[in-house]
Amino acid sequence: MKPPSSGFLDRSFPYWTLLPAVIVFVVLSVYPMLNLVGMSLHVYRFEGGQEIATFNPWQNFSYFSGDPIIRPAIVNTIVFVLVAVSAEMAIGLALAICVSRVSRGKGLIRTLIILPILVPPVAIGSMWRLMYNFDFGILNQGAALLGLGPINWLGDPRFSLLSVIIVDVWHWVPFIFLILFAAVEGLPGDVMEAAKIDGATQGQTTRYVVLPLLKPAIVVAFTFRSILAFKTFDEVFLLTSGGPGTSSELISLHLYKVFFQQNNLGYGAMLSITVILMVVSFLLVSRRVTAAQAQG
Amino acid sequence: MGHLTPLQRVFLAVALVVIVAPFLWILMNSFKYQIAIYQGSWVFEPTLSNYTDVLFSRRSRFSDNLWNSVVVAVTSTTIVLVLGTLAAYSLNRFPWAPWVSRGLMAWLVVFHMVPVLTLVGPWYLIFRHFGLYDTLTGLVLTHVTLNLPMAIWLMLAFVREVPREMEEAAEIDGCSRIQTFGYVVLPVIVPGLIATGVLSFIFSWNEFAVALNLTSRATATVPVGVAKFAQEYEIQHAQMAAASILATIPAILIMFFGQKFVVRGLTLGSVK
Repeated sequence: MKPPSSGFLDRSFPYWTLLPAVIVFVVLSVYPMLNLVGMSLHVYRFEGGQEIATFNPWQNFSYFSGDPIIRPAIVNTIVFVLVAVSAEMAIGLALAICVSRVSRGKGLIRTLIILPILVPPVAIGSMWRLMYNFDFGILNQGAALLGLGPINWLGDPRFSLLSVIIVDVWHWVPFIFLILFAAVEGLPGDVMEAAKIDGATQGQTTRYVVLPLLKPAIVVAFTFRSILAFKTFDEVFLLTSGGPGTSSELISLHLYKVFFQQNNLGYGAMLSITVILMVVSFLLVSRRVTAAQAQG
Repeated sequence: MGHLTPLQRVFLAVALVVIVAPFLWILMNSFKYQIAIYQGSWVFEPTLSNYTDVLFSRRSRFSDNLWNSVVVAVTSTTIVLVLGTLAAYSLNRFPWAPWVSRGLMAWLVVFHMVPVLTLVGPWYLIFRHFGLYDTLTGLVLTHVTLNLPMAIWLMLAFVREVPREMEEAAEIDGCSRIQTFGYVVLPVIVPGLIATGVLSFIFSWNEFAVALNLTSRATATVPVGVAKFAQEYEIQHAQMAAASILATIPAILIMFFGQKFVVRGLTLGSVK
């Protein structure tokens, strides 16, 4: 019989297994976030490939109060998240329920539907840029067939945010579908059977049996998707870069422009802190709300 | 379950066409000469020149981009798998004080919700300071940080499923903690490792915002290369289409083999 080995590595097993992950988070996420505080108090300029920081928080405050883009960026982001995610939830749920009722070829249909999630967002941006093209894009070719004039999808401030939302819906409906389809397939068969025996129509079964049972999965899908939508950057960067004007400007795009196009690291840090505080307060409020709901 | 009503049939058919058509249209365009794209023609003389241009022409760095992406995605996925699995196991099986486990989980949520561009600024300064700016090592570190929360969440779901009795039996048989983990737990959670590995690889392969700002010509990854075609003064639509198709192939191949495991992982993760 082998004696139980009780070396140092084994006794400390719980610690050294967790430690590397903690180190990664402390060094590469906590520390950089704390760095933002110091950065936001300085103004940076670049000289001969070196950045030179000067202590000047007032300058960054004055950038902040005089920044005309913050408000449209926040408004657009909220509109973007609300409209895109609601559309994705509705279409994704309908697709999940439809596909679960298909009798043959379910696997193939699922594989086809999830294709868009696999495409690099940058490639999605450039693909749709071709499709939205004013002169030769497939969408305007289609519009011409319907007798409509060409639409300036990305160049007209009335359409640019909508065009960006359409791409997002195309990209992410598959994700909602994937989660909800797995949940629908996992529903207990006997419950569905019971509803059928009791004479429920298909619509009634969906409304009173399927949807309530799917609620946890719907909440998870909705939460995940809203978070990702709030952070959207890649596709919009390629499609419109926030334009024309500020008509499709989003928070992430504005951060990118301040940091890396205007090279304004100090003010960028101040903006970043604002965004992080927004996120944290949103989290705290939503926790309060869920806690209150659980009690009430 | 019942059958599809005619209305549902139409809905499903339209949805499938809308999802698949863009791929076919882009694929078609990637075989056109630029002039045929401008004419919007449906009948054209096909050519491979866009692909050879993207991959082999001297102006394009796309083959370098591909290599960089492979290195970054494989390395960061390996590290994420090791760190994520160990951390998930430790968090689930050992009685950590609540401030450690809850604190870590809360931090993961906050970190996951914050737009990554808030962190690229400080990363840029820190990496310049330590000579990591414009290196693949630096990019790997950021991708590890970004994908580790997802890995810990997914692996927690899989570790939870492993019956404790198995480990207790192994301990009685004289296995050390390390042996128990290696011989008993690890083989059972292989499906979780595959699911996490596939997702982590795809996220790293597709990641753009960090790579755009922390790399330059020699260290750029595929997404940065794709974006280049759309950004130059004269947009090269044909090459853009070919590059988009090339950039998509690896993720589709990997997902083709890993789909089963990823679906199971997402279900476990979202139900529990």
